[in-house]
Amino acid sequence: MATVVWTPAEVIQPSRPALLFRYIRRNKSLAIGLTVLLLLVAFTVIGFLAVDAKQAYPLAAPTKRPPSLQYLLGTDFFGRNLLAAMVVGMWQTAVIGVLAGGLGTFIGVVLGFVSAYFGGWIDSAVKSVCQILTPIPVLLIQVVVAGSLDKRDVTILTMAFIVVMLAWMGPTLVIRSQVLTMKERQFVSVAKLSGVSDLGIIFKEILPNLLPFIAAAFVGQVFAAVFASFYLAVLGLGPLREPLLGNIIWAAQTQGAFFNGWWWWPIEPAVAMILILGSLALVIMGLDELANPRVRRSE
Amino acid sequence: MRTLWLVVRRFLFLILVIWSASTITFIIPRFSPRSAIRERFALLARNGGFSPGDLEKIITAMQTQFGLDKPLLQQYVDYMSGVLRLDFGYSLNKYPSTVIDLISQALPWTLGLLLVTTILSFLIGNLLGAIAAWPKAPQWLRAVATPFVLLTGVPPVLMGVLLLFFVGFRLKLLPLGGAYSIGVIPNWSWGFALDMAQHQILPALALIFGSVGGWVLSMRGMGITIQGEDYVNFAEHKGLDGVSIFRDYYLRNALLPQVTGFALALGTVVTSAIIIESIFFLPGIGTLLQDAIKSNDFPVIYGIVLFITITVATLMVAMEFVYPLIDPRIRKQ
Repeated sequence: MATVVWTPAEVIQPSRPALLFRYIRRNKSLAIGLTVLLLLVAFTVIGFLAVDAKQAYPLAAPTKRPPSLQYLLGTDFFGRNLLAAMVVGMWQTAVIGVLAGGLGTFIGVVLGFVSAYFGGWIDSAVKSVCQILTPIPVLLIQVVVAGSLDKRDVTILTMAFIVVMLAWMGPTLVIRSQVLTMKERQFVSVAKLSGVSDLGIIFKEILPNLLPFIAAAFVGQVFAAVFASFYLAVLGLGPLREPLLGNIIWAAQTQGAFFNGWWWWPIEPAVAMILILGSLALVIMGLDELANPRVRRSE
Repeated sequence: MRTLWLVVRRFLFLILVIWSASTITFIIPRFSPRSAIRERFALLARNGGFSPGDLEKIITAMQTQFGLDKPLLQQYVDYMSGVLRLDFGYSLNKYPSTVIDLISQALPWTLGLLLVTTILSFLIGNLLGAIAAWPKAPQWLRAVATPFVLLTGVPPVLMGVLLLFFVGFRLKLLPLGGAYSIGVIPNWSWGFALDMAQHQILPALALIFGSVGGWVLSMRGMGITIQGEDYVNFAEHKGLDGVSIFRDYYLRNALLPQVTGFALALGTVVTSAIIIESIFFLPGIGTLLQDAIKSNDFPVIYGIVLFITITVATLMVAMEFVYPLIDPRIRKQ
């Protein structure tokens, strides 16, 4: 007589990494976005090991060579090895993005918290400033700031600061509205009645619940910072000596690269930038899906 | 009475926005270590226009001319009253022309490109987005939207570089830039109009491809929420045909928030057009701005920035008065 054997192994819950893997397989935009981002990181890291970073600056290589075995991505009018320029440019783009994105998110979180939690005149002040600044096209104000700087003062760092100066309003408003709804929740009232201090409530009760929103705001800010610094550089307001991706396109266009047949010069930074911005946009869409079940259900 | 108060409040808000924008563009250059006049004349002196000894005298004279020796408060008042009259002073580089002259010469080019592309991408994007979310639409029609969605993250400038490479450089179908062919003298003929149109196609396509995806995405989101609404179900059960449900019940309601989105997107739309111009060597505000940046013509830079800010802010506030016209529910309140 056959006996049914119950094997406990079959009902063991899948491990956390397995669950994560399953979720990412379902959330395609997050998966593709993260994959492309990882590939870009790998390109930059391997590039720094394989190529001499000095080749990214003028007069380091013969000029105007099309892509070949020796110069995989060709060289430009100023004698930069474009492969090295891509590697350094990617790195600098990442520095600007993470720095400006991080700083913008940080300012946004602090202001949003202070404004929503304490309310009163602080709240109305922060809210009105954000509302007044929102209709002003940020890029144009950044043009004024970047144009007023001494050309020698324009570096990767100042680019990041210029970008962040007018980019904290978005996260401030998002975090503010989240805190406003969160502080009416019961667990906050319970904490308040149990005598937990303001700071305790902010850091132990509200902040952990806001982490998904802060993460989404951060990726959004990185995207915006990369975008803004790229536009400034394309207009010729970037640190002109550096091989920032927008700078390379600006240089290529001012030298009439397509008219002269040097097609690889503008096209390579453009493709690199499309990959960066595209993957970030996919990650943002994926995070939206993660945070907002309504979008998830509709898929 | 309440409506009047609402209008007044929006108007005050508009004034506040313009005032802050002009104050920012007034203050920032005052902190700058660069002197526009000094840089300009130092360059002239280096090229041998006059003896370097006269440089300081000329600079002082010019600073008096531009009112830079007056007390700061006086300068601020002069500047603000200039802004009110849309008088942004003189260009340093093309001296006798005023900034507003230069802007009004460049404006028709930018406006033409901007109007056509914005309207087209708004229409195409919203229609495709609505269809993509409509379950009864034919499968192939719903799939049309997908490539546009994939392009969402790509800014129009990069779209422009790609189009230049594939269509202009590889296939040699369309020109690589400029407003018209080199050596052609502008005139009122069909041949010239055709030549000009050919030069506008690629920048227009770049702008359209760059912005359609955003409209598709937001419209699809709107469409999905509206499908579940009771009045759409009711219309279906009444036996109305698919087209009129789609047009009158579904599209019309889904479009309302998109108009708000349109107002919010204005700033981005204008800045992308400006940068597209500089990539395609088109005349217009963008090229004017880039030339001014290259030649350190600060009054022109600040003038353009202020002009666009004022226009965009005014349009954004004006859009709010359009809502009651398209949404009867708001009119009733």
